[in-house]
Amino acid sequence: MSKVSTQPVTTNLSVPKTTKKSYLNKIGFGFLYLILGAFAIIQIYPLIWLVFFSLKTNQEVFGMSPFSLPQDPNWENYTRAWTSGNIGLYFFNSVWITILSVVLTTILASLVTFAVTRMHWKLSGLVLGLFLVAYMIPLHSTIIPLFNMYNNVNLIDSPVSIVLSYTTFNLPLTIMILLGFYRTFPREIEEAAVMDGCSVHRIFFQITLPMTVPVLSTTAIINMIYNWNEFVFVNTFISSDKWKTLTVGINNFVGQYLTDWGAIGATLVISIIPILLTFLFLSNKIVEGMAAGSVKG
Amino acid sequence: MKNVMSNKFVITLYTLPALLLILVLIYIPITLSGYYGLMDWDGIGEMKFIGLENYVTLVQDKVFWTSTWHSFQLAIFSAVSLLLYLGISLVLASKIKGSDLLRKIYLIPMLLSSVAIAQLWMKIFDPNNGMANRLLEIFGVENTPLWLADPEIALYSIFIPVIWQYAGFYILIYYAALKNVPDEVIEAAKIDGANALQIAFRIKLPLISGIFKVTIMLAVVGSLKYFDLIYVMTGGGPNGASEVMASYMYKEAFKLNNFGYGSALGFGLLVICLVMTWLTSKLTKSNDDVQF
Repeated sequence: MSKVSTQPVTTNLSVPKTTKKSYLNKIGFGFLYLILGAFAIIQIYPLIWLVFFSLKTNQEVFGMSPFSLPQDPNWENYTRAWTSGNIGLYFFNSVWITILSVVLTTILASLVTFAVTRMHWKLSGLVLGLFLVAYMIPLHSTIIPLFNMYNNVNLIDSPVSIVLSYTTFNLPLTIMILLGFYRTFPREIEEAAVMDGCSVHRIFFQITLPMTVPVLSTTAIINMIYNWNEFVFVNTFISSDKWKTLTVGINNFVGQYLTDWGAIGATLVISIIPILLTFLFLSNKIVEGMAAGSVKG
Repeated sequence: MKNVMSNKFVITLYTLPALLLILVLIYIPITLSGYYGLMDWDGIGEMKFIGLENYVTLVQDKVFWTSTWHSFQLAIFSAVSLLLYLGISLVLASKIKGSDLLRKIYLIPMLLSSVAIAQLWMKIFDPNNGMANRLLEIFGVENTPLWLADPEIALYSIFIPVIWQYAGFYILIYYAALKNVPDEVIEAAKIDGANALQIAFRIKLPLISGIFKVTIMLAVVGSLKYFDLIYVMTGGGPNGASEVMASYMYKEAFKLNNFGYGSALGFGLLVICLVMTWLTSKLTKSNDDVQF
């Protein structure tokens, strides 16, 4: 209402200035676009450069300007990267370890969040606090004792140690994101179900869980990115090639081929393609999850 | 109704698995870290109790304090760079065309693994064939730096990809916060004759100060435990020039097999991180409720 009544007044006032102002405005806007565009180039160009050198021969890399385009795309780098290392195996390990951990984290976190926000018990605050405080503990401080514990139960060099670690260390963040959703979510449907004599398990699995699918997919994607990119746990707990994931695998592989830029570039491109594809199709979910994960509420 | 929803058995069933995981894999290890710090131990043989010796060594260890100083430099640098991200977000959020696309482009490096980023930037910093030095040559710089191989600048060279990696993340947060500033407030200010700068500094920034404080804490604490990129790019070298707290701990434990001293360092890292979390939240706390 107030907008409608005041608008004519302001336009009237600013009429004499408009020509001068819009001219300045244009220059200002052009300048701002220049900054934003330059920043976009800084963020994206290193990756384009990576794709370029992944398609170059060694002569091109060492003999020509780094900014030159690959003359004749050398796809052979990709076949060499894929066949000479264990990239295929690392890729497979990354996929199943990531998926299994994401599923476990999401289910366990949902159960906890449900119990804390929907059920009535005295210690719920304390339990929730334990999860939230765990978020502040740097994982590096746990890594030596964890190594020793896994070692004592023969889980060193076993993917079980990796799945357990991924599942556990993602619980606090996942619960934090879920909590925001559960707290604002109406509980009338669940209460009605209780009245109708529904069991808790049915309420959780058939009512609550399906209703939280939007936030579950957000947390799943965020977890997926973290697990896919994780390095320290695998680097510390896994020693045989059989169970290495892509991050650690390519790090070792690339270390061996210091001078073969083409193969290194191709390996790196292979490792980031799944994430970039996910981003291409689900960027809104990722943006939402990253914002929710950092700033609760 | 109370009966079903306060069934002790169901509550235990739902919470115990996750609770056991965080107790066994997070809380017990950090306690053990402090305990192992009291031992002389190579990780394989017998532990020997030596009291506070490791912690005394730690306090007198020059390398530890240098590494800590490096971590704090990264923290300060990250916190200051937040202002840059804030500036960019202000522009982005001022109803500019294509802001959605730009924001997503900025975010892409954040999605990559530290290993991929480290390996890529090692190539960018390659003194002979890398992009960085050729760019400097184009701008007429003659004595191009050695980047990661030069002890004087190795640490600061690593700061560049760190900025590159996280910029999009913070811009995303600020952008979301700025978009939450109600249009009515800005319209009202415009009607009162405020210009774009006044709106930015007097209205938008104060309204998102709560988020800004949260990001300061994220940046500071995140920097203090920063590890992956440095471990891959330089391993803390050359000659300790880019060593940070976490990389020093890792090296002591898993390269030199000093599990006892490494645990003491890990415990030190934990204490410093928790103290800084508390301190930044105290320093930045005002009347707004900062949720974290």
